Amino acid sequence: MSNLSRSDVAHLAHLARIDMTDPELDALANELDVILEAVARVQEVATPDIAPTSHPLPLRNVTRPDVVTPSLTPAAALSGAPASEDQRFRVPQILGEES
Amino acid sequence: MITRAAHEMSAAMASGEISSVELTQAHLDRITSVDAQVHAFLHVDTEGALAQAQSVDDARARGESVGPLAGVPLALKDVMAQQGIPTTAGSKILEGWRPPYDATVVSKLKAAGVVILGKTNMDEFAMGSSTENSAYGPTHNPWDLTRIPGGSGGGSSASLAAFEAPLAIGTDTGGSIRQPAAVTGTVGVKPTYGGVSRYGLIAFSSSLDQAGPCARTVLDTALLHEVIAGHDAHDATSIDAPVPQVVRAAREGSVKGMKIGVVKELNGDGYQAGVRSRFEESLELLAKAGAEIVEVSCPNFEYALAAYYLIAPSECSSNLARFDAMRYGIRVGDEDGASAESVMNLTREVGFGREVKRRIILGTYALSSGYFDAYYGSAQKVRTLIMQDFNKAFTSADVLVSPTCPTTAFKIGEKANDPLAMYLNDIATIPVNMAGIGGMSLPCGLAPEDGLPVGFQVMAPAMQDQRMYSVGAALEASLLSQWGAPLLSQIPALVGAK
Repeated sequence: MSNLSRSDVAHLAHLARIDMTDPELDALANELDVILEAVARVQEVATPDIAPTSHPLPLRNVTRPDVVTPSLTPAAALSGAPASEDQRFRVPQILGEES
Repeated sequence: MITRAAHEMSAAMASGEISSVELTQAHLDRITSVDAQVHAFLHVDTEGALAQAQSVDDARARGESVGPLAGVPLALKDVMAQQGIPTTAGSKILEGWRPPYDATVVSKLKAAGVVILGKTNMDEFAMGSSTENSAYGPTHNPWDLTRIPGGSGGGSSASLAAFEAPLAIGTDTGGSIRQPAAVTGTVGVKPTYGGVSRYGLIAFSSSLDQAGPCARTVLDTALLHEVIAGHDAHDATSIDAPVPQVVRAAREGSVKGMKIGVVKELNGDGYQAGVRSRFEESLELLAKAGAEIVEVSCPNFEYALAAYYLIAPSECSSNLARFDAMRYGIRVGDEDGASAESVMNLTREVGFGREVKRRIILGTYALSSGYFDAYYGSAQKVRTLIMQDFNKAFTSADVLVSPTCPTTAFKIGEKANDPLAMYLNDIATIPVNMAGIGGMSLPCGLAPEDGLPVGFQVMAPAMQDQRMYSVGAALEASLLSQWGAPLLSQIPALVGAK
């Protein structure tokens, strides 16, 4: 039912922020067709009367008192950063050139 | 000494037969001698391990009481953050990262005096069943170096079977503790979801991931389970309830009066003949030990694999968005004028391996508008059906059992280009994760046709983990009296090993 094209996969790769090559996109289009056909079986039994389960436990909000507790120092928090400056993560340009 | 069980090593230290430094050094020597062949470890922390061993020896010399696993070495799956120690989750994208904090499991191990030898190899971000998806090369099964050690925790299971460590930590999202245990002749437990904190465990699929203990005996696994389990305020899904009495159950090892349910759908067609015969023999032993064997049916399990390969990729596509080249890990293409988005796109292209990209894209598709109801939504309904199957089965049985895997260890490379065939390996382990209940695999013999280990799976209701240990210990004892020695005494010696 799916038959994904290269441009379909390219769109998904863009959404997932992965810069894939054309050969990768083609290979993935074929593989995803096979996988999607297999996993589409879930539709055989997923009737409207069944409630979905997102999680094995009943989830509830967990809160704690709003008090300061020991945490990482700025140096420790930045220790794995590809680049940092003045106690901050240094990132590539986010806005366009025009500003 | 290195072939003994962890609880025996502990007794030897208590009696003064050996020190923790000597025991740790013996394991470090073993790693030096065999790991070039096995490749269980991505990083060995010689200095840290010996320092921890020394501090346990010092505490003992001062007459302080130490825990039951103090001074015993352990291999840690590389998906767990350990402060200052390289942690990659088997991925290039985290190459060189040294976490600034300890996972809760690691803090608990350190507090218990356990000696962490190093970080073990795994499928990248725990996605795989063979450890072939590691960015740092495959791990080899010590029973036959041309075969896979299971996955994703193949480094942990191989380190146990190769006597490089008597204890290991794994994580299990669809079988990544139990399947490696099965194919290496070792023991592995996926505790009830929420039983062990996920804080500091690099997330793959948050509603399925669970860390757990691995060892060579059921009792050792229980001792490690008690060390790492318990409520943790750092994990909002951690269960705030007493830890099940797993050590007591493992010591008693009694199945008298227990009802053991054989899951009809997890046996038969598609299961290797030797896997089936060893499984059937184990059922007879459990019946002789006083258990009542009944058959149960879980008709929706046949949809579990399909649902899993929608839910896990969907959650992973969201979880792995955090690898954006900004705060940790590698950064690629950060040249003059490059935008944050192009750096992100390039880094993720270079940093992620094929299987990880495949699952991110699959998850992105399953969650995209227009397909959400048909794929992710339907998979969530199947999850409900699987939980209902389990609930019904547990009204007529205390535990459920099956073979852990349909086959013994396959050859490295055999399924590398066939994702669906690879996924089928997890057919018997996935339902447990979908329902959040506990699962154990323990060795039940060698398949006659290939001489490779077969795993026996025990499944228990949520927070009834002790039942798995009762059954596991009873079966282990029956098998041991039949074999005369542990299964791993039959493993071929590694060539060139001391």
